[in-house]
Amino acid sequence: MNRFVKTIYAALVYAFLYLPLVVIAVYSFNASKYSLAWKGFTLQWYGRLLNNSTLLDAAFRSMTIAVVSATVSCIIGTLVAFMLHQYRFKGRRAVFAGIFVMMMSPDIVIGISLLVLFLGVGLSLGFWTLLMGHVTLCVPFVAATVYSRFKGFDPTVVEAARDLGAVEYQVFRRIVLPMAAPGLIAGWLLSFTLSLDDVIVSFFTTGPTYEVLPLRIYSMVRLGIKPDVNALSVVMITITVAAVLLSRQLLKEKS
Amino acid sequence: MKDSLFKRLVVTGVLGWMFLFGAVPTLMLLGVSFLKRHPDNLIEPVFSLSSYHELLRPALGSMLADSMIMAATATLLCLVIGYPFAYIVARAGKRYTKTLLLLVMIPFWTNTLIRTYALVAVLKADGVVNKFLLFLGVIDAPIKIMYTQTAVFIGLIYTLLPFMILPLYAAIEKLDLKLLEASRDLGASRFATFRKITVPLTMPGIVSGCMLVFLPALGMFYIPDILGGARTMLLGNYIRDQFLAARNIPLGAAASIAMTVIMGLMLALYYKSARRAGRKVHL
Repeated sequence: MNRFVKTIYAALVYAFLYLPLVVIAVYSFNASKYSLAWKGFTLQWYGRLLNNSTLLDAAFRSMTIAVVSATVSCIIGTLVAFMLHQYRFKGRRAVFAGIFVMMMSPDIVIGISLLVLFLGVGLSLGFWTLLMGHVTLCVPFVAATVYSRFKGFDPTVVEAARDLGAVEYQVFRRIVLPMAAPGLIAGWLLSFTLSLDDVIVSFFTTGPTYEVLPLRIYSMVRLGIKPDVNALSVVMITITVAAVLLSRQLLKEKS
Repeated sequence: MKDSLFKRLVVTGVLGWMFLFGAVPTLMLLGVSFLKRHPDNLIEPVFSLSSYHELLRPALGSMLADSMIMAATATLLCLVIGYPFAYIVARAGKRYTKTLLLLVMIPFWTNTLIRTYALVAVLKADGVVNKFLLFLGVIDAPIKIMYTQTAVFIGLIYTLLPFMILPLYAAIEKLDLKLLEASRDLGASRFATFRKITVPLTMPGIVSGCMLVFLPALGMFYIPDILGGARTMLLGNYIRDQFLAARNIPLGAAASIAMTVIMGLMLALYYKSARRAGRKVHL
Protein backbone atom coordinates (compact mmCIF):
# COMPACT_ATOMS: atom_id res chain seq x y z
CA MET A 1 0.00 0.00 0.00
CA ASN A 2 1.37 3.39 -0.72
CA ARG A 3 1.32 6.23 1.72
CA PHE A 4 -1.58 8.07 0.17
CA VAL A 5 -3.90 5.05 0.15
CA LYS A 6 -2.92 4.28 3.75
CA THR A 7 -3.71 7.78 4.91
CA ILE A 8 -7.08 7.82 3.15
CA TYR A 9 -7.96 4.41 4.54
CA ALA A 10 -7.07 5.31 8.11
CA ALA A 11 -8.94 8.60 7.77
CA LEU A 12 -12.07 6.78 6.59
CA VAL A 13 -12.00 4.41 9.56
CA TYR A 14 -11.56 7.32 11.96
CA ALA A 15 -14.38 9.17 10.23
CA PHE A 16 -16.60 6.13 10.77
CA LEU A 17 -15.65 5.98 14.45
CA TYR A 18 -16.07 9.67 15.12
CA LEU A 19 -18.89 10.79 12.83
CA PRO A 20 -21.72 9.81 15.21
CA LEU A 21 -19.99 11.49 18.15
CA VAL A 22 -19.50 14.68 16.17
CA VAL A 23 -23.10 14.63 14.98
CA ILE A 24 -24.36 14.31 18.55
CA ALA A 25 -22.13 17.17 19.65
CA VAL A 26 -23.44 19.37 16.83
CA TYR A 27 -27.04 18.48 17.66
CA SER A 28 -26.50 19.37 21.28
CA PHE A 29 -25.64 22.98 20.38
CA ASN A 30 -28.13 23.36 17.55
CA ALA A 31 -31.22 25.48 18.09
CA SER A 32 -33.16 23.28 15.69
CA LYS A 33 -34.66 20.45 17.63
CA TYR A 34 -34.74 17.53 15.24
CA SER A 35 -32.86 18.27 12.06
CA LEU A 36 -29.23 18.71 11.27
CA ALA A 37 -29.91 22.03 9.56
CA TRP A 38 -28.04 24.63 11.58
CA LYS A 39 -30.50 27.03 13.19
CA GLY A 40 -27.99 28.78 15.37
CA PHE A 41 -26.00 28.09 18.51
CA THR A 42 -27.85 27.43 21.71
CA LEU A 43 -27.22 26.11 25.17
CA GLN A 44 -30.90 25.52 25.88
CA TRP A 45 -30.60 21.71 25.73
CA TYR A 46 -27.97 21.84 28.43
CA GLY A 47 -30.35 24.04 30.39
CA ARG A 48 -33.13 21.53 29.90
CA LEU A 49 -30.79 18.77 31.01
CA LEU A 50 -30.20 20.64 34.27
CA ASN A 51 -33.96 20.66 34.86
CA ASN A 52 -34.49 17.03 33.94
CA SER A 53 -34.33 15.55 37.40
CA THR A 54 -35.01 11.91 36.45
CA LEU A 55 -32.09 12.00 34.02
CA LEU A 56 -29.82 13.76 36.50
CA ASP A 57 -30.79 11.37 39.28
CA ALA A 58 -29.93 8.44 37.03
CA ALA A 59 -26.63 10.11 36.12
CA PHE A 60 -25.85 10.64 39.79
CA ARG A 61 -26.61 6.99 40.57
CA SER A 62 -24.38 5.91 37.68
CA MET A 63 -21.52 8.03 38.98
CA THR A 64 -22.02 6.70 42.51
CA ILE A 65 -21.99 3.08 41.39
CA ALA A 66 -19.00 3.74 39.11
CA VAL A 67 -16.94 5.30 41.92
CA VAL A 68 -17.84 2.64 44.49
CA SER A 69 -17.43 -0.32 42.14
CA ALA A 70 -14.15 1.06 40.74
CA THR A 71 -12.81 1.36 44.29
CA VAL A 72 -13.92 -2.12 45.36
CA SER A 73 -12.73 -3.67 42.07
CA CYS A 74 -9.42 -1.92 42.46
CA ILE A 75 -8.87 -3.43 45.92
CA ILE A 76 -9.90 -6.96 44.92
CA GLY A 77 -8.16 -6.77 41.53
CA THR A 78 -4.90 -5.60 43.10
CA LEU A 79 -5.00 -8.44 45.62
CA VAL A 80 -5.60 -10.90 42.77
CA ALA A 81 -2.65 -9.48 40.84
CA PHE A 82 -0.43 -9.40 43.92
CA MET A 83 -1.29 -12.99 44.73
CA LEU A 84 -0.61 -14.18 41.19
CA HIS A 85 2.67 -12.31 41.05
CA GLN A 86 4.12 -13.02 44.47
CA TYR A 87 2.79 -16.34 45.61
CA ARG A 88 3.17 -19.88 44.42
CA PHE A 89 0.27 -22.00 45.58
CA LYS A 90 -1.83 -24.90 44.46
CA GLY A 91 -4.32 -23.93 41.80
CA ARG A 92 -2.43 -20.85 40.65
CA ARG A 93 -2.91 -21.80 37.02
CA ALA A 94 -6.60 -22.33 37.67
CA VAL A 95 -6.86 -18.79 39.05
CA PHE A 96 -5.14 -17.46 35.91
CA ALA A 97 -7.56 -19.40 33.75
CA GLY A 98 -10.52 -18.28 35.86
CA ILE A 99 -9.61 -14.60 35.55
CA PHE A 100 -9.10 -15.00 31.82
CA VAL A 101 -12.46 -16.73 31.38
CA MET A 102 -14.20 -14.05 33.47
CA MET A 103 -12.61 -11.38 31.30
CA MET A 104 -13.73 -13.05 28.10
CA SER A 105 -17.22 -14.00 29.27
CA PRO A 106 -19.91 -12.18 27.32
CA ASP A 107 -21.61 -9.52 29.45
CA ILE A 108 -24.97 -11.15 29.00
CA VAL A 109 -23.77 -14.43 30.47
CA ILE A 110 -22.27 -12.59 33.46
CA GLY A 111 -25.51 -10.67 33.90
CA ILE A 112 -27.77 -13.69 33.56
CA SER A 113 -25.76 -15.95 35.83
CA LEU A 114 -25.58 -13.27 38.53
CA LEU A 115 -29.34 -12.75 38.17
CA VAL A 116 -29.85 -16.48 38.72
CA LEU A 117 -27.58 -16.30 41.78
CA PHE A 118 -29.42 -13.31 43.25
CA LEU A 119 -32.82 -14.84 42.58
CA GLY A 120 -31.64 -18.13 44.04
CA VAL A 121 -30.33 -16.50 47.22
CA GLY A 122 -33.39 -14.29 47.42
CA LEU A 123 -31.64 -10.91 47.23
CA SER A 124 -33.83 -8.07 46.01
CA LEU A 125 -32.37 -6.30 43.02
CA GLY A 126 -31.03 -2.81 43.62
CA PHE A 127 -27.87 -0.96 44.60
CA TRP A 128 -26.07 -3.90 46.22
CA THR A 129 -26.75 -6.42 43.48
CA LEU A 130 -25.75 -3.85 40.87
CA LEU A 131 -22.55 -3.18 42.77
CA MET A 132 -21.73 -6.88 42.88
CA GLY A 133 -22.44 -7.12 39.16
CA HIS A 134 -20.13 -4.26 38.27
CA VAL A 135 -17.38 -5.47 40.58
CA THR A 136 -17.56 -8.93 38.98
CA LEU A 137 -17.32 -7.29 35.58
CA CYS A 138 -14.36 -5.04 36.47
CA VAL A 139 -12.07 -7.11 38.73
CA PRO A 140 -10.50 -9.22 35.93
CA PHE A 141 -9.59 -6.07 34.00
CA VAL A 142 -8.01 -4.43 37.05
CA ALA A 143 -6.16 -7.65 37.84
CA ALA A 144 -4.77 -7.79 34.29
CA THR A 145 -3.74 -4.11 34.30
CA VAL A 146 -2.05 -4.25 37.71
CA TYR A 147 -0.46 -7.64 37.01
CA SER A 148 1.22 -6.36 33.87
CA ARG A 149 2.55 -3.47 35.93
CA PHE A 150 3.90 -5.88 38.57
CA LYS A 151 5.74 -7.79 35.90
CA GLY A 152 7.79 -4.71 35.07
CA PHE A 153 9.17 -4.59 38.63
CA ASP A 154 12.65 -5.30 39.75
CA PRO A 155 12.15 -8.44 41.92
CA THR A 156 15.33 -7.77 43.88
CA VAL A 157 13.66 -4.85 45.66
CA VAL A 158 11.09 -7.17 47.21
CA GLU A 159 13.79 -9.69 48.09
CA ALA A 160 15.84 -6.96 49.71
CA ALA A 161 12.85 -5.88 51.79
CA ARG A 162 12.27 -9.47 52.91
CA ASP A 163 15.95 -9.93 53.76
CA LEU A 164 15.79 -6.80 55.86
CA GLY A 165 12.99 -8.37 57.84
CA ALA A 166 9.80 -6.98 56.30
CA VAL A 167 6.77 -9.21 56.79
CA GLU A 168 4.35 -9.91 53.96
CA TYR A 169 1.98 -7.11 54.81
CA GLN A 170 4.85 -4.63 55.00
CA VAL A 171 6.17 -5.80 51.65
CA PHE A 172 2.75 -5.25 50.16
CA ARG A 173 2.11 -1.92 51.88
CA ARG A 174 5.56 -0.33 51.62
CA ILE A 175 7.04 -1.73 48.44
CA VAL A 176 4.49 -3.20 46.10
CA LEU A 177 1.66 -0.70 46.50
CA PRO A 178 3.71 2.46 45.92
CA MET A 179 5.46 0.93 42.91
CA ALA A 180 2.14 -0.20 41.46
CA ALA A 181 0.33 3.07 42.18
CA PRO A 182 0.08 4.30 38.58
CA GLY A 183 -1.21 0.88 37.53
CA LEU A 184 -3.76 1.01 40.34
CA ILE A 185 -5.03 4.40 39.29
CA ALA A 186 -5.20 3.27 35.67
CA GLY A 187 -7.11 0.18 36.80
CA TRP A 188 -9.46 2.36 38.82
CA LEU A 189 -10.17 4.60 35.84
CA LEU A 190 -10.64 1.56 33.65
CA SER A 191 -13.25 0.13 36.04
CA PHE A 192 -14.85 3.53 36.34
CA THR A 193 -15.38 3.78 32.58
CA LEU A 194 -16.39 0.11 32.31
CA SER A 195 -19.02 0.66 34.95
CA LEU A 196 -20.30 3.87 33.39
CA ASP A 197 -20.42 2.16 30.02
CA ASP A 198 -22.11 -1.03 31.03
CA VAL A 199 -25.64 -1.64 29.78
CA ILE A 200 -26.08 -5.39 29.82
CA VAL A 201 -24.89 -6.39 33.29
CA SER A 202 -26.80 -3.45 34.78
CA PHE A 203 -29.89 -4.46 32.86
CA PHE A 204 -30.04 -7.79 34.68
CA THR A 205 -28.60 -6.93 38.08
CA THR A 206 -30.43 -3.77 39.07
CA GLY A 207 -34.05 -3.30 39.98
CA PRO A 208 -36.57 -0.48 39.58
CA THR A 209 -35.35 1.12 42.80
CA TYR A 210 -31.94 1.91 41.35
CA GLU A 211 -32.19 2.93 37.71
CA VAL A 212 -28.83 3.91 36.27
CA LEU A 213 -28.16 6.25 33.39
CA PRO A 214 -27.69 3.79 30.49
CA LEU A 215 -30.98 2.11 31.37
CA ARG A 216 -32.75 5.47 31.67
CA ILE A 217 -31.36 6.48 28.26
CA TYR A 218 -32.32 3.09 26.87
CA SER A 219 -35.95 3.55 27.76
CA MET A 220 -35.88 7.14 26.50
CA VAL A 221 -34.29 6.59 23.09
CA ARG A 222 -36.72 3.88 22.13
CA LEU A 223 -39.23 6.71 21.99
CA GLY A 224 -37.10 8.82 19.64
CA ILE A 225 -34.36 11.43 19.77
CA LYS A 226 -34.36 13.78 22.71
CA PRO A 227 -32.28 16.95 22.63
CA ASP A 228 -31.45 16.83 26.32
CA VAL A 229 -30.08 13.32 25.79
CA ASN A 230 -27.77 14.85 23.16
CA ALA A 231 -26.49 17.32 25.73
CA LEU A 232 -26.06 14.56 28.29
CA SER A 233 -24.19 12.42 25.75
CA VAL A 234 -21.72 15.22 25.18
CA VAL A 235 -21.16 15.55 28.92
CA MET A 236 -20.61 11.79 29.21
CA ILE A 237 -18.26 11.70 26.22
CA THR A 238 -16.24 14.53 27.79
CA ILE A 239 -15.96 12.65 31.09
CA THR A 240 -14.83 9.51 29.26
CA VAL A 241 -12.24 11.35 27.19
CA ALA A 242 -10.85 12.95 30.35
CA ALA A 243 -10.67 9.56 32.10
CA VAL A 244 -8.95 7.92 29.11
CA LEU A 245 -6.40 10.72 28.73
CA LEU A 246 -5.69 10.68 32.45
CA SER A 247 -5.16 6.92 32.60
CA ARG A 248 -2.89 7.03 29.54
CA GLN A 249 -0.85 9.75 31.16
CA LEU A 250 -0.50 7.69 34.33
CA LEU A 251 0.48 4.53 32.48
CA LYS A 252 3.04 6.46 30.50
CA GLU A 253 5.00 7.44 33.62
CA LYS A 254 7.46 4.76 32.80
CA SER A 255 7.19 1.33 34.31
CA MET B 1 8.12 -22.16 55.61
CA LYS B 2 4.86 -21.38 57.27
CA ASP B 3 2.62 -19.06 55.32
CA SER B 4 2.06 -15.68 56.87
CA LEU B 5 -1.39 -14.62 57.98
CA PHE B 6 -1.47 -11.95 55.28
CA LYS B 7 -0.75 -14.46 52.55
CA ARG B 8 -3.39 -16.83 53.83
CA LEU B 9 -5.94 -14.04 54.05
CA VAL B 10 -5.22 -12.85 50.52
CA VAL B 11 -5.31 -16.30 48.98
CA THR B 12 -8.48 -17.34 50.80
CA GLY B 13 -10.19 -14.03 50.11
CA VAL B 14 -9.42 -14.00 46.42
CA LEU B 15 -10.26 -17.66 45.89
CA GLY B 16 -13.46 -17.21 47.88
CA TRP B 17 -14.46 -14.20 45.83
CA MET B 18 -13.79 -15.98 42.55
CA PHE B 19 -15.71 -19.02 43.71
CA LEU B 20 -18.70 -17.01 44.88
CA PHE B 21 -19.03 -14.71 41.89
CA GLY B 22 -17.43 -16.81 39.18
CA ALA B 23 -18.04 -20.49 39.76
CA VAL B 24 -21.27 -20.49 41.80
CA PRO B 25 -23.38 -18.38 39.38
CA THR B 26 -22.20 -20.43 36.41
CA LEU B 27 -22.97 -23.71 38.16
CA MET B 28 -26.37 -22.40 39.22
CA LEU B 29 -27.10 -21.36 35.64
CA LEU B 30 -26.11 -24.81 34.48
CA GLY B 31 -28.30 -26.37 37.13
CA VAL B 32 -31.32 -24.23 36.28
CA SER B 33 -31.00 -25.09 32.60
CA PHE B 34 -31.67 -28.73 33.51
CA LEU B 35 -34.80 -27.97 35.48
CA LYS B 36 -38.40 -27.85 34.40
CA ARG B 37 -40.42 -24.75 33.87
CA HIS B 38 -43.28 -24.22 36.24
CA PRO B 39 -46.20 -22.02 35.19
CA ASP B 40 -46.42 -20.23 38.57
CA ASN B 41 -43.17 -20.65 40.43
CA LEU B 42 -41.10 -20.13 37.30
CA ILE B 43 -39.00 -23.23 37.94
CA GLU B 44 -39.76 -26.69 39.21
CA PRO B 45 -37.01 -28.69 40.88
CA VAL B 46 -37.37 -31.62 38.49
CA PHE B 47 -34.57 -32.77 36.22
CA SER B 48 -35.42 -32.31 32.56
CA LEU B 49 -33.71 -31.94 29.24
CA SER B 50 -36.70 -30.14 27.75
CA SER B 51 -34.95 -26.75 27.47
CA TYR B 52 -32.18 -28.26 25.39
CA HIS B 53 -34.71 -30.10 23.26
CA GLU B 54 -36.47 -26.78 22.79
CA LEU B 55 -33.24 -25.10 21.71
CA LEU B 56 -32.81 -27.67 18.97
CA ARG B 57 -36.34 -27.31 17.65
CA PRO B 58 -36.34 -26.00 14.06
CA ALA B 59 -37.99 -22.63 14.80
CA LEU B 60 -35.56 -21.87 17.57
CA GLY B 61 -32.66 -23.51 15.83
CA SER B 62 -33.05 -21.21 12.86
CA MET B 63 -33.17 -18.15 15.14
CA LEU B 64 -29.97 -19.37 16.76
CA ALA B 65 -28.41 -19.97 13.37
CA ASP B 66 -29.49 -16.53 12.09
CA SER B 67 -28.03 -14.89 15.16
CA MET B 68 -24.75 -16.77 14.76
CA ILE B 69 -24.57 -15.89 11.06
CA MET B 70 -25.19 -12.23 11.85
CA ALA B 71 -22.55 -12.16 14.55
CA ALA B 72 -20.11 -14.05 12.31
CA THR B 73 -20.70 -11.69 9.39
CA ALA B 74 -20.19 -8.66 11.63
CA THR B 75 -16.99 -10.27 12.94
CA LEU B 76 -15.69 -10.95 9.46
CA LEU B 77 -16.43 -7.39 8.35
CA CYS B 78 -14.65 -6.06 11.43
CA LEU B 79 -11.65 -8.24 10.60
CA VAL B 80 -11.57 -7.09 6.97
CA ILE B 81 -11.86 -3.43 7.97
CA GLY B 82 -9.70 -3.72 11.06
CA TYR B 83 -6.68 -5.69 9.83
CA PRO B 84 -5.33 -3.16 7.33
CA PHE B 85 -6.16 -0.40 9.75
CA ALA B 86 -4.30 -2.07 12.63
CA TYR B 87 -1.39 -2.66 10.25
CA ILE B 88 -1.27 1.00 9.26
CA VAL B 89 -1.40 2.11 12.90
CA ALA B 90 1.28 -0.37 13.99
CA ARG B 91 3.62 0.71 11.20
CA ALA B 92 2.95 4.43 11.34
CA GLY B 93 6.15 5.13 13.20
CA LYS B 94 6.67 5.69 16.90
CA ARG B 95 5.63 9.32 16.87
CA TYR B 96 2.22 8.72 15.37
CA THR B 97 1.27 5.25 16.63
CA LYS B 98 0.53 6.40 20.17
CA THR B 99 -1.79 9.17 19.08
CA LEU B 100 -3.49 7.01 16.47
CA LEU B 101 -4.11 4.34 19.09
CA LEU B 102 -5.43 6.83 21.59
CA LEU B 103 -7.91 7.99 18.96
CA VAL B 104 -9.19 4.40 18.75
CA MET B 105 -9.41 4.15 22.55
CA ILE B 106 -11.69 7.14 22.98
CA PRO B 107 -14.74 5.76 21.14
CA PHE B 108 -13.90 2.35 22.63
CA TRP B 109 -14.50 3.70 26.13
CA THR B 110 -17.43 5.95 25.32
CA ASN B 111 -20.77 4.62 26.52
CA THR B 112 -21.90 2.14 23.88
CA LEU B 113 -25.53 2.99 24.35
CA ILE B 114 -24.81 6.64 23.74
CA ARG B 115 -22.84 5.70 20.64
CA THR B 116 -25.66 3.49 19.39
CA TYR B 117 -28.04 6.34 19.99
CA ALA B 118 -25.68 8.67 18.13
CA LEU B 119 -25.82 6.32 15.16
CA VAL B 120 -29.56 6.89 14.93
CA ALA B 121 -28.86 10.55 14.20
CA VAL B 122 -26.50 9.47 11.42
CA LEU B 123 -28.65 6.80 9.83
CA LYS B 124 -32.17 8.19 10.02
CA ALA B 125 -34.04 9.40 6.91
CA ASP B 126 -32.88 13.01 7.34
CA GLY B 127 -29.58 11.97 8.88
CA VAL B 128 -26.05 12.70 7.77
CA VAL B 129 -25.66 9.70 5.48
CA ASN B 130 -28.80 10.41 3.51
CA LYS B 131 -28.04 14.14 3.34
CA PHE B 132 -24.58 13.35 2.02
CA LEU B 133 -25.76 10.85 -0.58
CA LEU B 134 -28.48 13.24 -1.75
CA PHE B 135 -25.91 16.01 -2.00
CA LEU B 136 -23.63 13.81 -4.10
CA GLY B 137 -26.60 12.92 -6.29
CA VAL B 138 -26.11 9.20 -5.72
CA ILE B 139 -29.73 8.91 -4.65
CA ASP B 140 -32.84 10.97 -5.41
CA ALA B 141 -34.79 10.19 -2.27
CA PRO B 142 -33.59 9.24 1.21
CA ILE B 143 -32.95 5.53 1.53
CA LYS B 144 -34.27 3.61 4.47
CA ILE B 145 -31.40 2.48 6.63
CA MET B 146 -32.87 2.72 10.12
CA TYR B 147 -34.89 -0.27 11.26
CA THR B 148 -33.27 -2.61 8.76
CA GLN B 149 -30.80 -5.42 9.14
CA THR B 150 -28.17 -3.15 7.55
CA ALA B 151 -28.55 -0.70 10.42
CA VAL B 152 -27.98 -3.53 12.90
CA PHE B 153 -24.81 -4.56 11.04
CA ILE B 154 -23.56 -0.99 11.01
CA GLY B 155 -24.33 -0.73 14.72
CA LEU B 156 -22.50 -3.95 15.57
CA ILE B 157 -19.45 -3.03 13.50
CA TYR B 158 -19.39 0.50 14.82
CA THR B 159 -19.52 -0.66 18.43
CA LEU B 160 -17.18 -3.60 18.15
CA LEU B 161 -14.53 -2.48 15.66
CA PRO B 162 -12.15 -1.23 18.38
CA PHE B 163 -12.34 -4.67 20.05
CA MET B 164 -10.95 -6.07 16.80
CA ILE B 165 -8.36 -3.35 16.18
CA LEU B 166 -6.67 -3.42 19.59
CA PRO B 167 -5.65 -7.12 19.73
CA LEU B 168 -4.72 -7.05 16.03
CA TYR B 169 -2.53 -4.05 16.69
CA ALA B 170 -0.85 -5.83 19.60
CA ALA B 171 -0.11 -8.87 17.42
CA ILE B 172 1.10 -6.91 14.40
CA GLU B 173 3.28 -4.68 16.52
CA LYS B 174 5.17 -7.73 17.83
CA LEU B 175 5.77 -9.03 14.32
CA ASP B 176 9.48 -9.34 13.53
CA LEU B 177 10.09 -7.39 10.34
CA LYS B 178 13.22 -9.42 9.63
CA LEU B 179 11.06 -12.46 8.96
CA LEU B 180 9.12 -10.56 6.32
CA GLU B 181 12.34 -9.33 4.72
CA ALA B 182 13.76 -12.85 4.73
CA SER B 183 10.67 -14.18 3.04
CA ARG B 184 10.89 -11.51 0.34
CA ASP B 185 14.62 -12.12 -0.11
CA LEU B 186 13.95 -15.79 -0.61
CA GLY B 187 11.67 -14.92 -3.48
CA ALA B 188 8.20 -15.05 -2.00
CA SER B 189 5.70 -12.65 -3.48
CA ARG B 190 4.07 -10.01 -1.31
CA PHE B 191 0.90 -12.02 -1.13
CA ALA B 192 2.70 -15.26 -0.31
CA THR B 193 4.64 -13.49 2.44
CA PHE B 194 1.41 -12.13 3.87
CA ARG B 195 -0.32 -15.50 3.71
CA LYS B 196 2.53 -17.67 4.92
CA ILE B 197 4.30 -15.37 7.40
CA THR B 198 2.19 -12.44 8.50
CA VAL B 199 -1.13 -14.20 8.96
CA PRO B 200 0.18 -17.23 10.92
CA LEU B 201 2.29 -15.04 13.19
CA THR B 202 -0.58 -12.68 13.92
CA MET B 203 -3.09 -15.51 14.30
CA PRO B 204 -3.44 -15.11 18.10
CA GLY B 205 -4.42 -11.47 17.49
CA ILE B 206 -6.87 -12.48 14.79
CA VAL B 207 -8.45 -15.14 16.97
CA SER B 208 -8.68 -12.96 20.08
CA GLY B 209 -10.06 -10.06 18.01
CA CYS B 210 -12.69 -12.35 16.50
CA MET B 211 -13.55 -13.67 19.92
CA LEU B 212 -13.89 -10.18 21.41
CA VAL B 213 -16.23 -9.20 18.57
CA PHE B 214 -18.20 -12.38 18.01
CA LEU B 215 -19.22 -13.08 21.60
CA PRO B 216 -20.55 -9.60 22.41
CA ALA B 217 -22.13 -9.43 18.93
CA LEU B 218 -24.30 -12.38 19.93
CA GLY B 219 -25.37 -10.69 23.11
CA MET B 220 -25.83 -6.97 22.47
CA PHE B 221 -29.60 -6.95 22.56
CA TYR B 222 -29.94 -3.17 22.65
CA ILE B 223 -28.43 -2.71 19.18
CA PRO B 224 -31.21 -4.60 17.32
CA ASP B 225 -33.68 -2.98 19.72
CA ILE B 226 -32.65 0.56 18.84
CA LEU B 227 -31.46 0.24 15.24
CA GLY B 228 -33.19 -2.81 13.83
CA GLY B 229 -36.75 -3.63 13.10
CA ALA B 230 -38.72 -5.89 15.36
CA ARG B 231 -37.67 -8.89 13.32
CA THR B 232 -33.91 -8.74 13.81
CA MET B 233 -32.94 -10.77 16.84
CA LEU B 234 -29.70 -11.74 18.39
CA LEU B 235 -29.21 -14.56 20.85
CA GLY B 236 -29.03 -11.84 23.52
CA ASN B 237 -32.52 -10.59 22.69
CA TYR B 238 -33.77 -14.12 22.96
CA ILE B 239 -32.13 -14.77 26.33
CA ARG B 240 -33.44 -11.49 27.70
CA ASP B 241 -36.97 -12.23 26.50
CA GLN B 242 -36.95 -15.68 28.07
CA PHE B 243 -36.01 -14.18 31.40
CA LEU B 244 -38.11 -11.05 31.40
CA ALA B 245 -41.04 -11.52 29.01
CA ALA B 246 -41.72 -15.20 28.40
CA ARG B 247 -40.66 -16.10 31.93
CA ASN B 248 -39.11 -19.35 30.83
CA ILE B 249 -36.03 -19.26 33.02
CA PRO B 250 -34.76 -22.79 32.27
CA LEU B 251 -34.88 -22.09 28.54
CA GLY B 252 -33.13 -18.73 28.99
CA ALA B 253 -30.51 -20.47 31.12
CA ALA B 254 -30.03 -23.18 28.47
CA ALA B 255 -29.54 -20.50 25.80
CA SER B 256 -26.93 -18.78 28.03
CA ILE B 257 -25.19 -22.11 28.52
CA ALA B 258 -25.12 -22.52 24.74
CA MET B 259 -23.36 -19.16 24.56
CA THR B 260 -20.90 -20.20 27.27
CA VAL B 261 -20.11 -23.35 25.29
CA ILE B 262 -19.43 -21.22 22.20
CA MET B 263 -17.09 -19.10 24.33
CA GLY B 264 -15.34 -22.23 25.58
CA LEU B 265 -14.74 -23.44 22.03
CA MET B 266 -13.34 -20.06 21.04
CA LEU B 267 -11.04 -19.95 24.07
CA ALA B 268 -9.74 -23.38 23.14
CA LEU B 269 -9.09 -22.14 19.61
CA TYR B 270 -7.29 -19.10 20.94
CA TYR B 271 -5.15 -21.20 23.25
CA LYS B 272 -4.19 -23.49 20.39
CA SER B 273 -3.31 -20.66 18.01
CA ALA B 274 -1.28 -18.83 20.65
CA ARG B 275 0.68 -21.97 21.40
CA ARG B 276 1.30 -22.60 17.74
CA ALA B 277 2.64 -19.08 17.37
CA GLY B 278 4.98 -19.95 20.24
CA ARG B 279 3.57 -17.50 22.73
CA LYS B 280 2.79 -18.05 26.32
CA VAL B 281 -0.82 -17.37 27.12
CA HIS B 282 -1.09 -14.85 29.89
CA LEU B 283 -3.26 -12.00 31.00
